[in-house]
Amino acid sequence: MPRALPYLLLLPASLFLLVFFFYPFGLVIVESMTRGGEWTTENFSRMTGHWKFSSAFWNTIWLTAIVVPVQLVMALVMASVVQKLKTGRSGLLYIFAIPLGISDLAAGLIWLAIFEQSGFLNSILHAMGVVDQPRLFLGYQSIWVIFLAVCLAEIWRATAIMMVIIVAGMGLIPKEYNEAAEVFGATRWQRFIKVTLPLLRPSLQTALILRILMAFEVFAVVVALGGTTLPVLMGETFQWQFQLQDRGVAAAYAMVILGLSVAFSLVVLRLLHVPKGARI
Amino acid sequence: MSDVTPPAPRPEEVGRAGRFLFWAGIGLLVLWVLVPIWFLFVNALSAPSEVTSFPKRLWPSFDMASLQFFWNFQGVTRALWNSVKVAVLTMILSIGMGAPAGYALSRFDFPGKEFFRVLVIMTRAFPLPLLALPLAVMFIRTGLDDTVLGLALVHAMLALPFAVLITYSLFSGIPVELEEAAWTLGCTRFQAFVKVVLPLALPGIAASAVFAFVISWNEVFAAAVLTIENRTLTAFLLQSLNVSPLPLKFAGGAALVLPALIFIFAVRKYLFAMWGIANR
Repeated sequence: MPRALPYLLLLPASLFLLVFFFYPFGLVIVESMTRGGEWTTENFSRMTGHWKFSSAFWNTIWLTAIVVPVQLVMALVMASVVQKLKTGRSGLLYIFAIPLGISDLAAGLIWLAIFEQSGFLNSILHAMGVVDQPRLFLGYQSIWVIFLAVCLAEIWRATAIMMVIIVAGMGLIPKEYNEAAEVFGATRWQRFIKVTLPLLRPSLQTALILRILMAFEVFAVVVALGGTTLPVLMGETFQWQFQLQDRGVAAAYAMVILGLSVAFSLVVLRLLHVPKGARI
Repeated sequence: MSDVTPPAPRPEEVGRAGRFLFWAGIGLLVLWVLVPIWFLFVNALSAPSEVTSFPKRLWPSFDMASLQFFWNFQGVTRALWNSVKVAVLTMILSIGMGAPAGYALSRFDFPGKEFFRVLVIMTRAFPLPLLALPLAVMFIRTGLDDTVLGLALVHAMLALPFAVLITYSLFSGIPVELEEAAWTLGCTRFQAFVKVVLPLALPGIAASAVFAFVISWNEVFAAAVLTIENRTLTAFLLQSLNVSPLPLKFAGGAALVLPALIFIFAVRKYLFAMWGIANR
């Protein structure tokens, strides 16, 4: 009995993973490569042949490429600032962490309140005398503004999760390392670059992987701000599954997102690899 | 759990200008987080005519008409209730399966332990909301389509890895010696768990349950794919985005944000332990 106990405790979770993780992922792989019961690449050729595919793909990539580095820097700044604080640290941390609990859809609606035609950006510009009439920001004539609004909403929403992981990671770094560097005359910047950052690699790894994956899954923010004007991969997946009722192509899109996620996770793991002996 | 808080800052020699910049930076970051949420609530707490008018005031008129309109809108109360039901079920399922697994990982050494742990961590490298696509088919076959339980199962899959990793670190933080002492005093393994470990772990478990609740409450993609009649609030808002008037969107957004704010505040002590440590 005692020997079987851990396995018994793991059983429900393992079974659940099997049925709701491995099995469906197998299904989606099969679904993407079959059509009407036959093996084919037609789903993929239909997907790539559709005029929205390449813009959806590149919009998602560009969004990730712009948003993630900005967030990384912001999260590092927020975490370092919080570290320095003597009083009010927990209050400040709570405020910084608020977006963590906010749904991507709600974040999209929040930024819609700012960017819509009668919204707060127009009102503020009007009050400053920059514009006479409210301008239409989120129209199809100016997709780049939608893109910018999505970037801002994403940065606003998801910096918190990176910050929280980084703050927790900084807490694990022994003070002695920094003190030693200080004794040897390292400036604050040098200590940050040469001591804190390298020791923070495991946390950076997690933060980046989580964040990059979330960026590839961007969906509700885009729908809330631009409808289908700005195509992204997850939005197209939803369109094919729901509006066009073509599960094969939706599965093909899913494979693209899956492929990107796994590939970038591996890249991050490789870039920020920490040898086993060097962990704290 | 408490050793998670970052080390206390050391007194530093900061010039007056530097200090001013430091606090100005903090002020800006705080505004960056809070002002967008403020705008959403200004909209939600103003009359519909004010929401669509221009220019906007930066202060709400505390007119409940928008919220009333939202509350009385066809399908809203039902969607709200569905969201609550799905989230509660998600909470029960993910903690019910995750906590035993977390306990097993923290207390036993057994072949396959590392495999299971890596498996759970690996699920993070996959875009889990995509699971909704193949599961939609599977649910139609089993009669789970468009049900609260079906969606809760998918959300439980989203929350399970966190539940396992969080409870793992939670139980690891409770000394084995306490349990062993209870055994020597005649407790069975189960009694020792219930009388000694559980009371100590309960606040943390409750916090991770709240976390599972928030994950489900905020989830958009799977909810929109898997439900038609029994839509959750996020699915309802998403699918009525292009037809619903602005006051409805903003009131809906506020209804999404408010519970999340309260929950994040309730578990703020555990935020760093949960996201920071469990994510490593």
